[in-house]
Amino acid sequence: MSKTPPAIAADARPRLPRGVRLVHSEAQGGWVLLAPERVFKADAVAAEIVKRCTGEATLAAIVDDLARSFNAPRERILADVTAMLQSLADKKLLEL
Amino acid sequence: MAEAGRVPLHTPLGLLAELTHRCPLGCPYCSNPLALEPRDGELDAATWARVFGEAAALGVLQVHLSGGEPGARRDLVEITAAAHDAGLYTNLITSAVGIAADTLHKLADAGLDHVQISIQDGAPESADRIAGYDGAFARKRALAAAVVGLKIPLTVNVVVHRANIDRIEAMVALALALGAGRVEVAHVQYYGWALRNRAALMPSAEQVTRAATAVERLRKRHHGEIVIDAVVPDYYARLPKPCVGGWGRRSLNVTPSGKVLPCHAAESIPGLEFWSVREHSLAEIWNSSPAFNAFRGTAWMKEPCRSCARREVDFGGCRCQAFALTGDAAATDPVCHLAPHHADVAALAAAQDDAPYAYRHM
Repeated sequence: MSKTPPAIAADARPRLPRGVRLVHSEAQGGWVLLAPERVFKADAVAAEIVKRCTGEATLAAIVDDLARSFNAPRERILADVTAMLQSLADKKLLEL
Repeated sequence: MAEAGRVPLHTPLGLLAELTHRCPLGCPYCSNPLALEPRDGELDAATWARVFGEAAALGVLQVHLSGGEPGARRDLVEITAAAHDAGLYTNLITSAVGIAADTLHKLADAGLDHVQISIQDGAPESADRIAGYDGAFARKRALAAAVVGLKIPLTVNVVVHRANIDRIEAMVALALALGAGRVEVAHVQYYGWALRNRAALMPSAEQVTRAATAVERLRKRHHGEIVIDAVVPDYYARLPKPCVGGWGRRSLNVTPSGKVLPCHAAESIPGLEFWSVREHSLAEIWNSSPAFNAFRGTAWMKEPCRSCARREVDFGGCRCQAFALTGDAAATDPVCHLAPHHADVAALAAAQDDAPYAYRHM
């Protein structure tokens, strides 16, 4: 069994580090995360999350915003967002 | 539906811009061709700017400014600014020798996104011996510190072969100490100068096994701290690498003089017709140049590739390697365990000798 990812503090202000950019590319058919010598396709959900990682909004505010925008249960959004942000941070694509 | 007999075109993601073949180092595994392009044949900055604009229009997202040593270009800042202004993610691939501190500041201001510095070994004497340049190691440390000081993300690229493969742990520790966010453990690939020095560079099977174990251990130990990218070296693999993500599918390589190649070693295959950015737009070259169309899709394949379930996973491996080892660029890459020439690869890997390196030189 994989271990539960450590929780991210509600007042963390996630942001993309220098050298990581979210861009929309018509030619590549959608949102992509550009990183050091790597390119990740971002699906619509991932793009909505990453767009909000400005370094200003807190995790709590991001989750509130997503729950409102997508009319979804806050608990589920929190779990999904936490898992995604942690996975990005492990790949050095996000600063928490 | 794609037109019969035609292969639907993919959009390229990356462009490798070989700005020059000039380089102060003499690494015996250099991937540049044996016949190096002299300075007076190099594209000027204005032409590179046009190429970057055309690349962005074609869908390219990242440009890798490479060489030779890109720092040998006096107009590197201008070239980098042009790539950034075209909207491309800019990656500088450097030996660190020839990039002064003030140049780095100007590159950062010009929008440089990322720097990759190659390291030849974990200790100065051995690193400088492999690079064929006294004092290179100290300069790499200095540039790495400057990159990290400017908060530009840093990748350390360690090229491993028989002389240093047992020190992967020390090299990863060095990358961490330098502040790199990513380290690439790149086994030598045998093209160009490396092919000439193959017997002197080839690691033993035991070394390769120990290296794989070391990488796994280091990945666990440094999870979340540094990204470690590594692949099984060609001559010890069972399955071939999907070279450049498939021929004419994901990337383009522009040589110092402007020839556009599907991969950096493609000129080693005789009979291919390459077009130049001096005569054609990048889109024309991507869509229509004979070299790009030579191995697109699967129609060119022979058995065992043609009927293989992995034919669109690894694309038959590397065309340049197939040619180098079998004399037929359309053959299955002999790295593949299904290839008729697979046994030759083990024999070549076993042919090791400690002859002095033939250092790369212009």
